[in-house]
This record gives sequence, C-alpha cells and structure tokens, in this order.
Amino acid sequence: MYDLIVVGGGHAGCEASHAGAILGLKTALVTSNIKNIADMPCNPSIGGTAKGIIVREIDALGGLMGIIADKSHFQIKMLNNGKGPAVRSLRAQADKITYPKNMLKALNDTPNLTIITGMVEDLMIENNTVKGIILSTGEKISSKAVILTTGTYLKGNILIGSENTPGGPHGEARSNYLSDNLKKYGLSIVRLKTGTPPRIKKDSIDFSKMQVERGDDKYYTFSFDTEPLYKINDQQKCYLIYTNENTHNIIKSNLDKSAMYGGYVTGVGPRYCPSIEDKIVRFHDKERHQLFLEPESLYYDEWYLQGFSTSMPRDIQEKMVHSLNGLENALITKYAYAIEYDAIDPLQMKPSLENKIIENLFTAGQINGTSGYEEAAAQGLIAGINAHHKIKGIDPLILKRNEAYIGVLIDDLVTKGTKEPYRMLTSRAEFRLLLRHDNADIRLREIGYKHGTIDKLRYEKLQEKISNINNIKNVLLNTNIHLNKETKDKFINANLEVPTRSMSLYLLLKRPEITIDFIKKFIPLDYSLDILEEVETEIKYEGYIAKAYQEVEKMLKLEEKLIPEDINYEDVLNLASEARQKLEKIRPKSIGQAARISGVNPSDLSILSVYLKKKYHK
Amino acid sequence: MDDTICAISTAQGIGAISIIRVSGKDAISKVSKIFDGKNLSDVPTHTIHYGHIIKDNEIIDEVLISVMKAPKTYTKEDIVEINTHGGISTTKKVLEILLENGIRKAEPGEFTKRAFLNGRIDLSEAEAVENLIKSETDLERKLALNQMSGKVSEKIKKVRDLIMELLANIEVNIDFPEYEDALVITLNNLPIKLNEIKQELTKLLNEAKIGKLIENGIKVAIVGRPNVGKSSLLNALLGENKAIVTNIAGTTRDIIEGELDLKGIRLKFIDTAGIRKTTDIVEKLGVDKTLNVIENSNLIIHVLNNNEELTKEDKDIMSKIENLNYITFINKDDLPTKINYNSKNVIKGNTKLANGLDSLKNKIIELFELEKISTNNLEIVSSARIIALIKEALVSIDNALNNVSEKIPVDMISIDIKKAWDLLGEITGETYQEELLNTLFSKFCLGK
Repeated sequence: MYDLIVVGGGHAGCEASHAGAILGLKTALVTSNIKNIADMPCNPSIGGTAKGIIVREIDALGGLMGIIADKSHFQIKMLNNGKGPAVRSLRAQADKITYPKNMLKALNDTPNLTIITGMVEDLMIENNTVKGIILSTGEKISSKAVILTTGTYLKGNILIGSENTPGGPHGEARSNYLSDNLKKYGLSIVRLKTGTPPRIKKDSIDFSKMQVERGDDKYYTFSFDTEPLYKINDQQKCYLIYTNENTHNIIKSNLDKSAMYGGYVTGVGPRYCPSIEDKIVRFHDKERHQLFLEPESLYYDEWYLQGFSTSMPRDIQEKMVHSLNGLENALITKYAYAIEYDAIDPLQMKPSLENKIIENLFTAGQINGTSGYEEAAAQGLIAGINAHHKIKGIDPLILKRNEAYIGVLIDDLVTKGTKEPYRMLTSRAEFRLLLRHDNADIRLREIGYKHGTIDKLRYEKLQEKISNINNIKNVLLNTNIHLNKETKDKFINANLEVPTRSMSLYLLLKRPEITIDFIKKFIPLDYSLDILEEVETEIKYEGYIAKAYQEVEKMLKLEEKLIPEDINYEDVLNLASEARQKLEKIRPKSIGQAARISGVNPSDLSILSVYLKKKYHK
Repeated sequence: MDDTICAISTAQGIGAISIIRVSGKDAISKVSKIFDGKNLSDVPTHTIHYGHIIKDNEIIDEVLISVMKAPKTYTKEDIVEINTHGGISTTKKVLEILLENGIRKAEPGEFTKRAFLNGRIDLSEAEAVENLIKSETDLERKLALNQMSGKVSEKIKKVRDLIMELLANIEVNIDFPEYEDALVITLNNLPIKLNEIKQELTKLLNEAKIGKLIENGIKVAIVGRPNVGKSSLLNALLGENKAIVTNIAGTTRDIIEGELDLKGIRLKFIDTAGIRKTTDIVEKLGVDKTLNVIENSNLIIHVLNNNEELTKEDKDIMSKIENLNYITFINKDDLPTKINYNSKNVIKGNTKLANGLDSLKNKIIELFELEKISTNNLEIVSSARIIALIKEALVSIDNALNNVSEKIPVDMISIDIKKAWDLLGEITGETYQEELLNTLFSKFCLGK
C-alpha cells in the first residue's frame, strides 16, 4: 500500500514522484523500463523561450529539472538577450545520457520513493475514486492517489511513410489498454501527434560547410541554488544550415508518401513545431528554412537535425538529408518519425490537475495534451504537490496567471483545452513582464515554502536576497551625483551623455543607456550579479511594471467574482448554445475564468452576470 | 430576460399611428389573447394582420399587428408590434390592457439591452440606437443608422487588425528568436508601423469631430453693439426658414433662441434674452460677460452698421473675437457706406430687403466644410464614449512612440500597443467591461 503511485517515469513523472515523496508521501514510481527514466526522446535541450522560465519556476518551487539540467548540459545560452528582461530565457543543450542518469540518481536519493518496473494497464476504481493500479501481469498495487504521466505511450503509433508500428518512442512497448479503460470510466480521449527529426552520425557530417553556433561567454544556471558546473570554453558547438531548392523539390514531389500528407495520420499535430513538409507546403514562397545540428550526447556520436521533423519514408529521408549542404554523405542513424498517441481532454481536469470524474486521480504532461519536457515537468510538480494536499485535506496549490507561467499553462489547459499539443509561448502570458527569468524565486519561493517543497534554508536565502535588493534601491535613492569634473569625466570616458543637472543614482539608472555596472563607478555595490540585475530591471522598467500590476488588479477583480459551484446553466436563459455547453463542461470558478473560455462572448458574460446578480445578489 | 416586455415605441405626441412593441417568449400568445382576428400563434413570421383589440368583448381600437418570430427580430426574441390608430389615449389604453395581461413595461433602453445581450448588436451599435432616437435632422439619422449597421465597428476592427498584425510579429520575434521567418521588429522600423496605426486613429478622430458637429450642431452667437440689427438678422435667418423657435435648454446652460437646418447641420443661435427683447446683450451684461457666451459658441456673427463709422465698442468686440471663429456681417448696405472695414469673412447685406443672407449661409457652409459632410459617406463615429476611447488609444500609441525614442525594448513597448488594442476592443464590445454596460444602458430613452 502506497500513499501515491506515479505512472510513468518521464519528466512529469520524475517531478511528481519527487514532490510527493519530499512532502512525506510513501511514493511509488511505476515505469515500463527504468532505463527510460527522464528520457529525452526528442530534442537534446532543456529550456528555450518561455520554457526556460518554466524551468526556473520549477526550481523556485523545489522541483528537480533546473538542478539536473545544470549538471547535465554541454552548452548554455540566454535567448533574447538583446531584448527586454521580460523575455529572456535560458536554453541548454542537455546530454541525453547524463541528464537521465543524474535524474535517476536524484530519485534514488529521495527518501520515501520506490521505483517499480511494470506496465500499467488499468486502474482500481471504487465509487468514482481511484484506489490503485493494475499491471499487465495482473498484479494490483493500491494507493490513496494516482498520478498518470504516460507521455506518448498510450496506444502509441510510430509512423514512417505508410508504415505504422505500434510502440512508444525508440520502439519501446506501448500501453495498449490503459486509455480504453480510462474511456470506460467516462474520460474522453483525444488523439494527438508529434514528430521528431532524423539523427545523423557525427563522422559523416562535413562541419566545414556550416555556420557555428556557440554557447554564451557568460555563466548561467537554471537553479537558484547551484553554482555553474561548466567551463565557458568547454562548451560544445552546434551548427546552422539551410534547406535549398533541391530539398524543397524532393519534398514537393514526394508529398503523397509522407504519413501526414498521405493521410496515414489521425492525430492533430502542433502548428508551432511543424514538420519540414508542412513548412514547405505552408510557406511555399520561402526559399530556404533554417536547420540546426546539435550533438545529442558526449557519450555517443549521434547528432540531432533540429527543424527537419518529417514522416516521409526512409528512402525519401535519405534523399532529403543528402540534399543539405554538408550532409551530402551523411549517415542517418535514426530515421525521423511521427508519433500518434492518446491523451485526455484537459477540460476534464480541475485547476489542481485532479480529474473531475475520478477522485484522487491526477494527470500531468503529454497525457494532458501538452508538448515539451518543461511543460510536462511543471505539471508533474504541481500534480505531486496537489496529490499530497488532497490526501491530507489541504487546499490545492493553484498558481495564478500573474504569478507564474505554470499558472498560465494550467489555467489555459483547464479553461481553454487544446486541440494540438500545447507549447508554452511568452505571448500566452498577458503579464509576462512580471513573469521574468530573474524573479522566479521572488515570485514563487515563498509559495513553495508555504506548501512544503522549499526548506527553511532556501527560504531564508530568498529573504536575504529580497532585503539586499531593497537596501540597494534605498542607497541608490539616497545617493546623488554632483556634476563636478570627476563625475563628468566618468560619463565622458564611458562615451555617455553628461547629465545637465544633479540627480539620484536611482533616477540616473532609469535612463536607457545607463547600466548598473556604470552606477558602480559612483558607489561600491558588492553584491552578486543576479541581485544587481534584478535591481536594474526593477528600477529601469518601474513604469511598465506598475502598469502591469494595474492590469493584474483588473483581472483579479473579475477572478473574485465567483460563480457558485452548484450553478445550473440551464437556468441561465438566453446564453448562446455554444457558451452554455462550454460553461457546463468547464464549470469556471469565476467570471474571470469564464471570460477566457473561447466561445463565451462578452454578451454571454453580461447575461451570466445579470443572472448571478439576480439569483445570488453577487 | 425571461419575461415579456412592452412599451410605446413611437414618439408620444399627436400622430395618426402609434406603435406598441412587445418582446419576449409570451409576446405572441399574450397579444393573441386580446386580439380579435387571426390566431397570431398560427401565422407565419414577419406578417401583418388586421383586427381589433378587445377587452370584455368591447372593441378598444382597430389595429394592424406585425408578428415577428425569434430569432430574426430586433431583440432576437418573439416580437409583436401593434399599430394603433386611435390617438394617444387609445394607445395608452391598449398598453394598460397588455400590462393587465402580465406583460411588464419595458425599462428605458430595455429592447436594445436585450438586442445586445442576445448577441444581435454590438456595443457601438447599441449606442447608435440611442442617437437614432434623438436624431432630428436627416444627416443625424443617417449617421446613427450607419453606426448601428456596424460600419463604425468595421472601421475600428480594421485598425485593431492592423495593431494585431504588429503585435503578432513582435511575439513571433520573441518566441522564435533564432528563426528568421518573420520580419524582426526593431526600434528602427517600429515607428513606421506605429505611425501607420496613429494615422488611422487620427483619421477616425477627425471624422469623429464631424460626427460631433452633426450630433450637437453648430452654436452661433450673434454679437454687436446696440442698434446694428442683430435681432433683425436673427429673425431674417429664422423667419425665412420658418424654423421652430422653442425655448428648450441646450446641452450647456445656454438658451437656444432658434434653430436652423443648414445642409443637415443644426445651427443653434444662442443667448436669446438680449437680442430678442431688443435689450441689447452688450448693453445689459457688458462686453466682459458677453465673452462667456462668445467662448461657448462654435461661430460668432459680428454685426456692424454700414452707415456708421467704426466705434470704440465695435473695436472692443473685434478684439475679443479676434482669435475665434467669426464672420462679420455689415448690415444696412442699402444706406450710404460710411464704414471703413476690411477683414476676412466679411459679408455685406441688409436685413430689411433680406440681402446677403444666402452669402452668409454659404460662408458658414464654407467655414465648416458642410458641403463635404453631406456628400460624405457617413461612417463616422459620434459618441463621446467612442471618441474618448479612440483618444486613449491614440495616447497609448504616442506612449509607444515616446518609448521608442527612450530606447525601451520592443517587447515592453508591445504593452502600450496591446493597450491600444484593448481600448479599441472596448468600443466594439470585444473587451468585457461590466461597468460600461450599466452606464450605457441607463442612458437609453424609453421603449427602444
């Protein structure tokens, strides 16, 4: 008997079982193959735009992904460095051997956590409450709560051209019956699709014809608690190449052979991560598309051809790859494939990630219709925490849209649902200026501490950071520059315009061309870089940040307009029928959440508000 | 909205016909109960039927009844319209009978509110209904009708789309920084895009000013020292057109002496007392007080006497109106010219023979470009709320432009741009705002 069983050992499953275990639950992680713990079946990287911020948030809330990524990468970059601080985000090229190894070690070191090998095919359900799992061997293991993180393994189908092979990633065994059983219990199942590009043998690549992409020459970590473990100069190189007319012609003349265009795929694929044939069909006037070559690991010699995901048959893939500059003699070690899998309709989840139909059953990751390691890990962490809270009778952790990308992610899933694998984008977050890479700890560590995943030591470290930031701000506010020769020279030497009047350093820092580094010429600021950058961001963009908070206020006002849980939408006359159906299905907690449902229009909201006012005097 | 409502929808006054509108799910069955004629529940939708309204077997009125079934009606509910023939007291009697039968009297604006809530019209259209009801000149009606038919919404949506295109481009740059698939928006090319948007917004705003003219009319003050012929001029202008002279209060505290329809625009002559009672305004209030009146008007007609030389008083008035919008009317040109005065916008004539009045009107038409308005497509914005929102959106775009010169990162400037998009969404009701609804609907007049 366990408190918590987590089904699946991918990125969601690792975080979920770790979170449950550190909160004190007797936890079992059930995986079909222990070798696939924290497997990275697609791109060899962690982070990316918005996703990198999610990794920071996971770390701020006590999850593992950031720490493990810091130990396991061979190149790291700050994306959007030339843009504003709100949209900066880390991406690391993670080693596909080291990352899973380090994760497995971390899980093995986690008290209360047991890893069990087995294929889960059914759940034990009593009175619409989950009581445990049933393995393919017939063995039953009972628990108080279950988290399903099955990734792409539910009825997975690998598609290469017209070939259709049942199986998970790398041809691993798939779960044949679990999704049918879930359907039997009343969950609605959707079919999704994703894909992965071919892998190329390193020796067969002519790198001399390619443009080098290096890591940053500045040290970064995902985690707020780790020091950089790499050397800038030891970072591995990636390469940039382009498709050409020849490539496009090969694809165009063989379109009917691809699984997607030949009509062999039933699942819906993501728009933001299209296959190369998609790109060529949809953007037919583009002469070339960018591709990146990235090493998968230091321990084997396969390279990942990012941007070249396809479901063409093998012989066509050969021709396509060989048409690329530098890959004329390339040896394909793994062919690209598309994979179809079953997922549940995320509208069937509560914001806590608990299922609306089966009590104590939680789901996280690709089974909820998302895509990406980071999105999966984030949900795993929240599901782990909330499974614990459910068992212990504590209110769930529901992050708001103004608090975290994770909040945006889950709110989007349970409010809007998704028709394609959901990937986080900065544009999905209306308050992205508040959801920065740099302030993830300030936003979330206290919440993590309150919910038990952040220990006192790390919490106190945060408090110290916050008080340092406030101190520096005070000092800057109370220190004026005087326009004597010495001061003027500092400006002139730095090639900056000399101010026409005296002012505080605080005001000076607000000027676009002034950096905190320059401020250090006037006053010693002996603090770490991250603290100084935080101060700079908060001061420089104070006006915009204030505006964002005003917008948050507006949103929260609508969030506070609660809709009673027992509302009967049949009684609300004159709602458009689409709106009525959606409201009935999603059952939003507030007018604010209702407003985000697509198909619920302002007029429906007015009608709903009028009804609430009349009936409940709200 | 689950009950059935009714109200008299035509202007309350003496007229041959009045219309009572009934809307709601029981509209047809309840009216049928008091109607002696065909069974209205059996008739096809959008048909009209002759019969009588009866109560206790007594005929109250001879009527025509239009039956319009949901959803293709004004409110998207079943609507019955009763065309009564017996004057206002009979109409009121019919209304009473409806109320006795459990139909509720509509609150001001309730039909339109239902039309909006049922998704029949958007917010800006709903607003236009209010203007339509109030409209008096032909142009005003056209303007309101255009706004109602969604032409204004369409224009605003076009600008919104332009903004969205830019926003989407910025977002693509952020989310896919390493891909060169989209044009990269930088501080260098952003102003070009922003100015495009600004131009569209400014255009809307300029049109809005014309809209305001149509809606509010042009306030005209006739000024001049005693005995130059101000009241004769007013009488000549009004008399010729048999303008309705009423003593209704205008939108400000000014008293409107009389109104004149010029190319569909209302000229409102302000400040009655002084001029009409021949007690001269300047005499009575002094030049300083006259100033208030002058500043409150859109146009000043300064009357001078052709037969006398300029006096100090004339010159005083001139100096006061120097920087305002004025026309000088030199009266009494049938008498020998003694005046020596040259300026812009001078019209000579005399009120006695009604000379020069057409020239005066033409001058007004020229000054306010009224010719253009009447021939223009009247897809213009006129509501104060809409104008305020466009102005706010314009401010947001200006902020964005300022921040470009401050070298603020593009992704932050996108916050200002998004704000403009949201504000325009409020006009068409695509951004949800409850308070707005409440204030808006409380403004509607009865029954529509």
